[in-house]
Amino acid sequence: MDKPLTKNIDLARGPLDLAGYERAGGYQALRKALGSMSPQDVQQAVSDSNLRGRGGAGFPTGKKWSFVPMGPQAPRPKYLCVNADEMEPGAFKDRLLMENDPHLLLEGVILSAYAIEAQVAYIFLRKEYVLSARRLEQALGEAGQAGLVGKNILGGGFDLEIHLHTSAGRYICGEETGLLNSLEGKRANPRFKPPHPQVSGLWGKPTIINNVETLCCVPGIIANGAEWFGKLSRTADGGTKLYGVSGRVNRPGCWEMPMGSTIGEILDRAGGMKQGYRLRGLIPGGASTEFLTDQHTDAVMDFEGLGKYGSRMGTGTMVILDDRTCVVGMCHNLMKFFARESCGWCTPCRDGLPWVRDLLWALETGQGQAGDLDLLEMHTQQLGPGLTYCALAPGAMEPLIGALRHFRGDFQRHIDQKGCPWRR
Amino acid sequence: MLNETEKEEVARELERYPTRQAACIEALKIVQKRHGYVSDEHLAELAGLLGMTEDELDGVATFYSLIFRRPVGRHVILLCDSVSCYVMGYEDIYRHLRGGLGIEFGQTTADGRFTLLPAPCLGCCDRAPAMMIDDDLQLDLTGPKVDQILAQYQ
Amino acid sequence: MITIYVDNQAYQAKAGGNLLEAVLSLGLNLPYFCWHPAMGSVGACRQCAVTLYKDEQDTQGKIVMACMTPVKEGLRISLQDRQSRDFRARVIEWLMANHPHDCPVCDEGGECHLQDMTVMTAHDYRRYRFAKRTFANQDLGPFVNHELNRCIACYRCVRFYNDYAGARDFSVLGCHNTVYFGRSQSGPLESEFSGNLVEVCPTGVFTDKTLKEHYTRKWDLQTAPSICVHCGLGCNTIPGERYGTLRRVQARYHSQVNGYFLCDRGRYGYEFVNRPERPRTAMIRRDGQLAAASAEAALAAARELVGSARGLAGVGSPRASLESNFALRQLVGAENFYSGQAPWLDDCVREALRQLQIGPATPSLRQVEQCDAAVVLGEDVTNFAPMLDLAIRQAVRVEPMELARQLKIDLWLDGPVRELIQDRRGPLLIASPAATKLDEIARWTYRSGPAGVVRLALATARELDASLPVPDGLDEPTARLAKEVAAALAKAKSPLVVSGCGCGSVELIQAAGVLARALAKVNSAARLSLTVPDCNSLGLAMLGGKNFRQALEALRLGRADTAVVLESDLWDLAPTDAVESALAGKRLVVLDHLPGRTVQRADVLLPAGTFAEADGTLVNNEGRAQRFFQVFPPQGDIRQSWRWLGDLAGRNWPNLDAVLAELSSALPDLAPATGAAPQANFRIEGLKVARQSHRYSGRTAITADVTVHEPKPPDDPDTPLTFSMEGFDGIPPAALVPRFWSPGWNSQSALTRFQQEVNGPLRGGPAGVRLINPGSSGGTAVSAVSGESDQAGPQAGRLCYQKLLVVPAWHIYGSEAQSMQSPALAGRAPRPYLGLSPADAAQAGLQADQRITAQFDGQSLSLEARILPSLPRGLAVLGMLAGQPAVQLPAIIDPPPKGAP
Ligand SMILES: Cc1cc2nc3c(=O)[nH]c(=O)nc-3n(C[C@H](O)[C@H](O)[C@H](O)COP(=O)(O)O)c2cc1C
Ligand code: SF4
Ligand code: FES
Repeated sequence: MDKPLTKNIDLARGPLDLAGYERAGGYQALRKALGSMSPQDVQQAVSDSNLRGRGGAGFPTGKKWSFVPMGPQAPRPKYLCVNADEMEPGAFKDRLLMENDPHLLLEGVILSAYAIEAQVAYIFLRKEYVLSARRLEQALGEAGQAGLVGKNILGGGFDLEIHLHTSAGRYICGEETGLLNSLEGKRANPRFKPPHPQVSGLWGKPTIINNVETLCCVPGIIANGAEWFGKLSRTADGGTKLYGVSGRVNRPGCWEMPMGSTIGEILDRAGGMKQGYRLRGLIPGGASTEFLTDQHTDAVMDFEGLGKYGSRMGTGTMVILDDRTCVVGMCHNLMKFFARESCGWCTPCRDGLPWVRDLLWALETGQGQAGDLDLLEMHTQQLGPGLTYCALAPGAMEPLIGALRHFRGDFQRHIDQKGCPWRR
Repeated sequence: MLNETEKEEVARELERYPTRQAACIEALKIVQKRHGYVSDEHLAELAGLLGMTEDELDGVATFYSLIFRRPVGRHVILLCDSVSCYVMGYEDIYRHLRGGLGIEFGQTTADGRFTLLPAPCLGCCDRAPAMMIDDDLQLDLTGPKVDQILAQYQ
Repeated sequence: MITIYVDNQAYQAKAGGNLLEAVLSLGLNLPYFCWHPAMGSVGACRQCAVTLYKDEQDTQGKIVMACMTPVKEGLRISLQDRQSRDFRARVIEWLMANHPHDCPVCDEGGECHLQDMTVMTAHDYRRYRFAKRTFANQDLGPFVNHELNRCIACYRCVRFYNDYAGARDFSVLGCHNTVYFGRSQSGPLESEFSGNLVEVCPTGVFTDKTLKEHYTRKWDLQTAPSICVHCGLGCNTIPGERYGTLRRVQARYHSQVNGYFLCDRGRYGYEFVNRPERPRTAMIRRDGQLAAASAEAALAAARELVGSARGLAGVGSPRASLESNFALRQLVGAENFYSGQAPWLDDCVREALRQLQIGPATPSLRQVEQCDAAVVLGEDVTNFAPMLDLAIRQAVRVEPMELARQLKIDLWLDGPVRELIQDRRGPLLIASPAATKLDEIARWTYRSGPAGVVRLALATARELDASLPVPDGLDEPTARLAKEVAAALAKAKSPLVVSGCGCGSVELIQAAGVLARALAKVNSAARLSLTVPDCNSLGLAMLGGKNFRQALEALRLGRADTAVVLESDLWDLAPTDAVESALAGKRLVVLDHLPGRTVQRADVLLPAGTFAEADGTLVNNEGRAQRFFQVFPPQGDIRQSWRWLGDLAGRNWPNLDAVLAELSSALPDLAPATGAAPQANFRIEGLKVARQSHRYSGRTAITADVTVHEPKPPDDPDTPLTFSMEGFDGIPPAALVPRFWSPGWNSQSALTRFQQEVNGPLRGGPAGVRLINPGSSGGTAVSAVSGESDQAGPQAGRLCYQKLLVVPAWHIYGSEAQSMQSPALAGRAPRPYLGLSPADAAQAGLQADQRITAQFDGQSLSLEARILPSLPRGLAVLGMLAGQPAVQLPAIIDPPPKGAP
């Protein structure tokens, strides 16, 4: 099986330098594009490939790009932003790519910038990813020396500056418009859409924001064609996917597998549950996806597959709920995260999430009261999409919705028994 | 006062963005690298360099969790308290740290050696529980391992 | 107009706006917080949720934020359906989770938007049972109190203070549910518009600190429509009184003048009304001493002085009403009526009046906000005409906002528009002697004395109209700047020229007129806005008295032996020696409410009512006549000046309307002023408009220490308002609105109920009338003005500065006499100073803050030296501070000697 994302990755060896990367076929896609493809051709190939954004929402990448004004009349500069803020609890896939194959990301960035005729790209990296920063800087230095970034790239007349921007914390920076405000040196409150960033983004200019993994898919698509990319997948969504598992499994980790692998297959890859632990459930793709249970191991992990169970693939990195872990405690932990990371802009999120957190803590500590589950339900309904300003709070509610659906009994027991059965 | 190196670093950052304000987060981190935190004096000086007011810059500085506006210890421990680490028992590690250092989240040891802070998911969920001390990731934590690690930071 | 359906009922709405505006304009109830009519929508609070249906068949609908939803033909929404009602109730419940239950001790109580919205959504039971977050408060200075625990994080404060008013010393700090609205460090708010936080904040976080000193609930305040008396712009206000003292001033919306806001001088300058030092009793000089007398005796004494005079001089006042000035004019005769504006300013005001009459038309402040290019010639508007600063701050956004229009972004979407245009600003030139606050948003700044600014203005005019001559002595950089500015003005859709009396230069005002007219040839939408010093400077000029110099001469030469001085301190108008020699041996009748040197020198003192105790008409800088009404009846001997004067003149006018009638026939140009507000006999449903709210408390007990009988409300023969809670309390004509209140809307937000539509005019007809129509009256175009040299010192080609040219520097806190009686404001005034360029200071050997004595013509001033890096060499500025000895400006002086005392 082709593994376009991880073929160069060898954790023991570390990342390839520029020469190694080129020897492994790197920057061929870029040479091809600059040599023989127009920006529209690159966009077309990406559209045809059915690449969907790997940042969590799964928006078709080619379609996203198609809204960027093109040609000499378009406002300048245009920007490409790489969303490397990976902070979704349970997600650890972008780090793998950046630490171990930085040139792949750079090639993806240059190609994508070319496709939308962007003059400047910013890689928005979370501060804690120190090693990623070091390796990206290194790769950027090499690429600059080799004429792969900067003026007149590879003599093809295309100019691109790439800057690595490291952040200063806050999950909301990963929300694409919050990211823009943060890059502008402001508080990372999200922005209202429309206008979409393609029309008015960074400093009011046309801007595309893509996830690291998304951009890492682009060189393969250009090198091998859309059809090839489509065939990597088992489903309609093109390509391979980085899937991950954490929790009480034998071999937690992150692997490249065909898009559309099942939960069971991914769990197998993780070596199954640790001895003494039983699978009760999981959140399939990072903290803002709905809980599934051990009944859902056949579910297909792609952008549509989990919909029929009321969940989402999200980042594709799952967190396992085992039988020795309290689901209420887990929810409380998630809500503590989301309440703390709320940007403070809109009321439901700013003031609703702390309430949910406090209610769950009350359950955990034996202070739960009769109406508390209704209050939790109320929040799951009233913090939904469209009701809050951005997707943070609706995302926060997803695991709670799933937990209340599948494990309501556990919640009730906390009230009836005045405390957490797992904590005593 | 910023020293020459810091001023140069800030100047370099300024070149990477079309507005001065855009460099402010990097600039705050440059100050923090040397001093551990951003004092009122540094805030004022940076604001001047960046064409911002202190109030504007402080509005940004206090938004971000990794800009410290109060003094911290010589080493900052960021203990991941997110969901995978929760499942894998970060609370035990926290208890251990609390016992060993005598501080809670948000506090600094009396000798000024450590500040302990909760951190959102560090992206090491497969190696949970995890923490970061200064720039170093520490993975697969256990109580005894934590003691060994702490000993390396004086 | 288009049709929308609200709960299945069809309504007409204006296309292009948002749904919240539309719903409020229809008079329906929908709660909101983060939206503000002047600041647009941001969608943060989520309170204005409604259910939107795709079509008639859609029974499900989905929740949208009304403030973020454009109004479109056929739109179907529900306010009543369960879904959105529930959600709105939850939003309030969340907002109230951390809100303290301190309404009884909260200054906002009873006029709190949060209270109203809580009631509107029927939130009455607390389910959040966990600990509330708490904050420490900050000291924000003398104007605004800070109590952040009451914050509901609607972000209106920062959006007003930083985004709208352009100040940068305040911000949101922190994150998640501990966002903190304040400053990095405690300290006085620097914006001249900080007081608006009090009205913009929907709860009790920001409250009026001066009100706290003598706190009264809104419903217990007696209020009346009024006009600000602290500068020439004529902002509309609502002052409130209780127990005979004025408690606060709030903004009274006027769609063309001040909109929703006031400056801090206007809001906090009111305390002169309450000053104990204020003349309150009638007095007669006996044996050289002023002694209290009965009002009748004083009147008789004054009558005797006037009657036996061998020549009268009446000095009118730019801070007294048209009626009072006219009454004086009638008493002394038109030929003996003099202006009480300092002569050099008087010259400017008359020139401004002339230019306004020639045109092009002068814009209202609202129209200024909509201009897309502006030049400011010689003015420091922030300090001289503060609300003009706020308007220009909006105007510089107009040109870049064109981009939003092109991208079809609704202009009321505040976030997207700001994100799009970032800090791009339209063309603005500030040409002034020293740096001004508006420089920070200007594309060009030009530092020069009046003559240089005149040259720049004329050169710019010449670029637009080749028939004009090139000004003499034009240097290369100025010529280049003129070209650039002219090009930007020519390109603009609605360009604006701002100038005025601030520089004390008649030529400059003329040059501004020349430029505006040259511009108007290119674009008929060009406008000319001219500032004037005082609240009725223009009205006084229109009455056409003589200059005060001539009054002094008449007195000095003995042509007049008796002066009647109306609400003026003569020592503010001319150098001390000149005033004293002119007054030597003369008899003085003084009417005033401010203490001062003229009051002390009076032979008869008649205590005058302040604006709060008087009715009258003021004419603002655009020539708009506006009526102010008594807030409370004058106490003791105090009477309105026109009434004293009428009695003195034996006119016995029965009421204000009688004065206005006489004014109309004497001065037909001013006749339209009568229509500034309805007359005294105006009634609605047979009722007068009540100055007291229907909840006014203590009516029967308020004088119980004196009598247990409820006193009869005082008569008010002059106005259609009554000093009572009995009366009309609905929506009266705009000029008569004494407060904004509507059932369920106890806060200032009730205003939307009084507007024809959001941001539109008030219902019930216009408030005030424009008296000036360009081209209607005399005056011919001045095509060129000579620019005499600014640099008094430098001889041609030699860098030798022997003299300094001194021009005035105005201060929002300090220059205006009445407001300086307010402690909160006086505390922020600078000490008397002379501002010098660094080079001149160095040459004279002066250090910053050093005490100096500056010799002006006929007057020496003891000052501090201030070094102003922005000042060009040879130019100096004198801080204009109320009460300091008067000098004539611009003046040429010797540099103060080194080491002077
Ligand atoms: C609260 C929040 C946090 C997010 N964090 C990230 C993130 O860390 N990384 C990321 O790629 N996308 C994140 N997203 C999704 C982005 O908003 C955006 O959809 C994505 O970067 C688009 O890239 P893609 O089209 O390549 O997936 C987040 C979204 C929300 C609402
Ligand atoms: S849902 Fe609202 S408060 Fe929460 S992060 Fe998004 S905008 Fe901020
Ligand atoms: S008023 Fe509409 S969201 Fe605040």
